[in-house]
Order: sequence, then structure tokens, then C-alpha cells
Amino acid sequence: MAYFIQQLVNGLTLGSIYGLIAIGYTMVYGIIGMINFAHGEIYMIGAFLSILAFTMLGVTGVTWMPLALIMVLLVAIVFTSAYGWAVERIAYRPLRGSQRLAALISAIGMSLALQNYVLLTQGAGVKTLQPIIRGGVILYATGNFTVILSYIQIFIILLTILLMAIFATLIARTALGRAQRACEQDRGMATLLGINVDRTISLTFIMGAMLAAVAGMLVTMYYGVIDFFMGFIAGLKAFTAAVLGGIGSLPGAMLGGMLLGLVEAFWAGYFSVEYKDVASFGILVLVLIFLPSGLLGRPDVEKV
Amino acid sequence: MLRLENVHSFYGRIQALRGINLHVDSGEIVAMIGANGAGKSTTLMTICGQPRARSGRVLFDGDDITHVPTFQIIRSGLSHSPEGRRIFPRMTVLENLQMGAVASDPAHFNDDLGLVFDLFPILGERQQQRGGTLSGGEQQMLAIARALMSHPRLLLLDEPSLGLGPMLVKQIFDVIGQINQDRGVTILLVEQNAHQSLLLAHRAYVLANGEIILHGTGDELLADPEVRNAYLGGGN
Ligand SMILES: Nc1ncnc2c1ncn2[C@@H]1O[C@H](COP(=O)(O)OP(=O)(O)OP(=O)(O)O)[C@@H](O)[C@H]1O
Ligand SMILES: [Mg+2]
Repeated sequence: MAYFIQQLVNGLTLGSIYGLIAIGYTMVYGIIGMINFAHGEIYMIGAFLSILAFTMLGVTGVTWMPLALIMVLLVAIVFTSAYGWAVERIAYRPLRGSQRLAALISAIGMSLALQNYVLLTQGAGVKTLQPIIRGGVILYATGNFTVILSYIQIFIILLTILLMAIFATLIARTALGRAQRACEQDRGMATLLGINVDRTISLTFIMGAMLAAVAGMLVTMYYGVIDFFMGFIAGLKAFTAAVLGGIGSLPGAMLGGMLLGLVEAFWAGYFSVEYKDVASFGILVLVLIFLPSGLLGRPDVEKV
Repeated sequence: MLRLENVHSFYGRIQALRGINLHVDSGEIVAMIGANGAGKSTTLMTICGQPRARSGRVLFDGDDITHVPTFQIIRSGLSHSPEGRRIFPRMTVLENLQMGAVASDPAHFNDDLGLVFDLFPILGERQQQRGGTLSGGEQQMLAIARALMSHPRLLLLDEPSLGLGPMLVKQIFDVIGQINQDRGVTILLVEQNAHQSLLLAHRAYVLANGEIILHGTGDELLADPEVRNAYLGGGN
């Protein structure tokens, strides 16, 4: 039982990170109908920017943790958003209206370019970060096993819930969210009502990149190790989460992320750590075959 | 208020408009009639820049808008309720109306909402219903209401009575007259329902194969034997 709860906590933590990245996939897919293949790289850049920001803060001697965290969060979000915006301007916008395959290829090109850009500027080795948030609460201890809910896990899960609530409200209630949903349902009509579609699409990429930046920062604080290739697998996992939840659906991305995190944690806990990626991608294959519209997605027949 | 000068439009290599010249003056209701595929919808869409006129000019209030981005044309006071209603199906009635108000001053929103609910009380009762679940007639009312929410000076309407029963057709035509008279909105109306639109309109154009073949006042065209034969079903 104790072991089970420990894996549950670990799974929710991991799932939070997948969920944050998955929202970027799902929002972009919703509005342009295409997978942003460079999104994993955006997350990786978010992680690198947070390590840079933590290092700079260390140099300047900011030691009060809440202030440090907020500053790193801001730096990561602002600069990562700029990259997300650039991906859309360079890889997608010039190809709008041309064949999907063309945009797909240019996005993969963008992904490779970003990976190599980080490889060249930051090197191939791993970068490490000392734990920023230490300690935790012991949920319970039985004999030789203790269940620990670490403070960093609490931080990750709470921040994720908060961000998801903010985003859900934004999409449901604000003018920007309405414009995004309108572009999703009938882009031509949205234009005919005075919506600047290019701007709305740009903002969607930026919003996805903001959450990816947060995920990058959180993963850096959680594992303390990053490298230029980390965006590839994490991107695939988060994409799996988005598909599992129903691509295009915001709650779906959150749910899919959590489920995938739990599956991985339990798989690693009860079967084998080596094959946890196989479990994730096995799920992707099964969902694509048996439930192509995902858990909360709408079947395509409803599309008007 | 609106002027098209020798406008040519294409879909790829297919030519849809072959030198359209027309004008709509402030305060008028102008109708456009013509057979299927004549280019009526294309004319309205070309005014909004989708597709762009390949040659010729579109002038709105004297400004050349031929190459202005669509969303900016709309924000300059023109509103288009296009063919096929195009309600956002997974948005509520209220949200659809909010989308219609994107191009107008938020300070007007409540007044404009009140006005469209006066015109179409059923929309007021159905504010929280999803657009996609409205009946065809309700969707048509929502489409017109949405186009009015931007406070337009010029309203383009593409077949507002399509697919509606006789009662609703009459109601829609009444509302179009009301919008024009009470609110001073200038209207360019495309209709299959030639008889009723010629009765309502001050002037009208007849389109065939992407060209204007006739124009005149509503009464002149109603009396024209050629129009009677081709578009008004011979007799009546
Ligand atoms: N998206 C498109 N792609 C290619 N051709 C098009 C497109 N839209 C319209 N056309 C063609 O342009 C011509 C004019 O079409 P348009 O829709 O303007 O006619 P219309 O007068 O509105 O007809 P209807 O009364 O049937 O609505 C037609 O020959 C049509 O086939
Ligand atoms: Mg038409």
C-alpha cells in the first residue's frame, strides 16, 4: 500500500509535467490542425533557460527562494515564448494554405535546427542543477518503507493545477479564448467578423510555449539534469498524452498527461524501469487504433 | 458608400467575376439576383477580400480597400453574413453574438445585444444554447444578429431567407427593412427570392456568368419582361 501511494505521488508529478507540455500540442492542433513538431524543443529550451537563470541568480546572490523562483519563471516564460512565436513565424506562417506535408517537414526541420542550436551553444554534455527545494513530508512510515511527499512534488502539482485552472478560464471566458475557439471552428468566418487570425495563431503558439517553459523549469528542478536531446522523448510522451486525452481538447490534455504519468510510474514501480517508454508508446499505438479521438476528444463526424 | 470598379475574381484558374461595376449609396437597400453560379456570393466575398480582386478596385467610403486585410475591412464598418450561415456550432448563442461584436466598441455591447434581442426575441431566450443545435431558421436569425453586433454602416447579406418557411421568410424580409429604416444601415442583399427582394430593394442588379447584365430600380426590374421570365417564374 505504501509503495502504491509513493508511485501515485510520483506519477502525478510526472503527469503534471506531461500535461503542461501536452496543452501546447493540443492548442496548436486545435487552431491550425497540425502537430507542432518543434514543441518538444521549446520545452527543452525552457529547461536550459531556467538553468541559465538559476545560475545567474546564484551569481548575483539572490537567495530568497520565492523571489528566485518567480524570477526564473519569468525569464524562462518570456524567452521561451519568443522561441515559440518564432517557430510559428518561420516554420508555419509562410506555408499557411500550402500542403500539410510541407508544413510538417518545415516543423521537423525547425525541431532539428533548435536541437542543434542548443547543442552548439550549450554543448553535448548534461547540465546539472543543485536541488533548489529540498525536503518533504513523510506521509507514513511502515517498517522499512516510508512514503515521502517531497516539497518539490507539492510545488509541481500545485503550480500545474493553478496554471491549468487559469488557462481553462482564459479559454472559456475571455475574448482571446473565444477568438481561439472561433478560429478552431471556422477560421474564415472568424476573419469575416474582424478577428486577426494571424495574431490569434501567434498567441496560441506563445501560450503553448509558456506552459512548456514552466514544464522545463519544473523538470530541471525535479531531476536536476538536462541535455539538448531531452525534448525529443518528452515531446513524444506529451504528444501521446494529448492524443490519449483527445487532441484538440484542453481538459483532455490535462487528463492524458496525468494518466500517462501514472502509467509510467506504476509500470516502473511494479514491472521494469527499462520498459516504461515502451508502456507509454504502447498506449499511443492502442489509442490510435481503438480510440482515435481520445478520451475527451470529439469524434470527427461532429466536425461542421 | 460602396463602389466596385471593373472587378475580376478567380478561384485558381476559374474566373468567377468578369468586370463587375456596381455601387451602393448610403441608406439604400440594393439587391443582387441571378442564377446559381452567377457569381453573387463571390461578389460579396470579393468585397471582403476573399478572394482578392485580381484586377479592378473596391472602394468603401471612397477608400480603396482592394488590398486591405479582411479583418481590417470588417473593422472599418462593413459586416458580412455569408452564404450558409456559418454559425460557430460549439459556441453558445451569446458567444456567437460576442464574436459578432469583435469589431465594435465594447461600450456598445449591451445596447446592441438589446437591439438584436428585440429583433429576434427567440435568441434572447436561447442565449446559452449551442449554435449547432439551433434550428435552421434560428441559425439564420443568429447569423443576421451576429452581423449586426458589429454596428455596421454597410451590411452584406447572402441569401438570408434560404431554406426558411414562408412565415419566416416574411419575418426576415421585414427585419431587413427595419434594420435599414430604423437603424439607417445600408444593405447589399443577395437573394434567390427575387420577387420579394425586388419589392424591398431600392435598386437591383442582375448577374449572369460573372457579369452584370441588367440594373435598375426594384420596380423597373419587376416590370422587365426578361427578368420576369428568367427569375420570377414567368407569370405573377
Ligand atoms: N471556392 C471555390 N472554388 C472554385 N470555384 C468556386 C468556388 N466558389 C465558387 N466557385 C465558382 O464560382 C462561380 C460563382 O460562384 P458563386 O458562389 O459566387 O455563385 P452564386 O451566384 O452565389 O450562386 P448560388 O446562387 O448557387 O449561391 C461558380 O461557377 C462556382 O462554381
Ligand atoms: Mg451564392
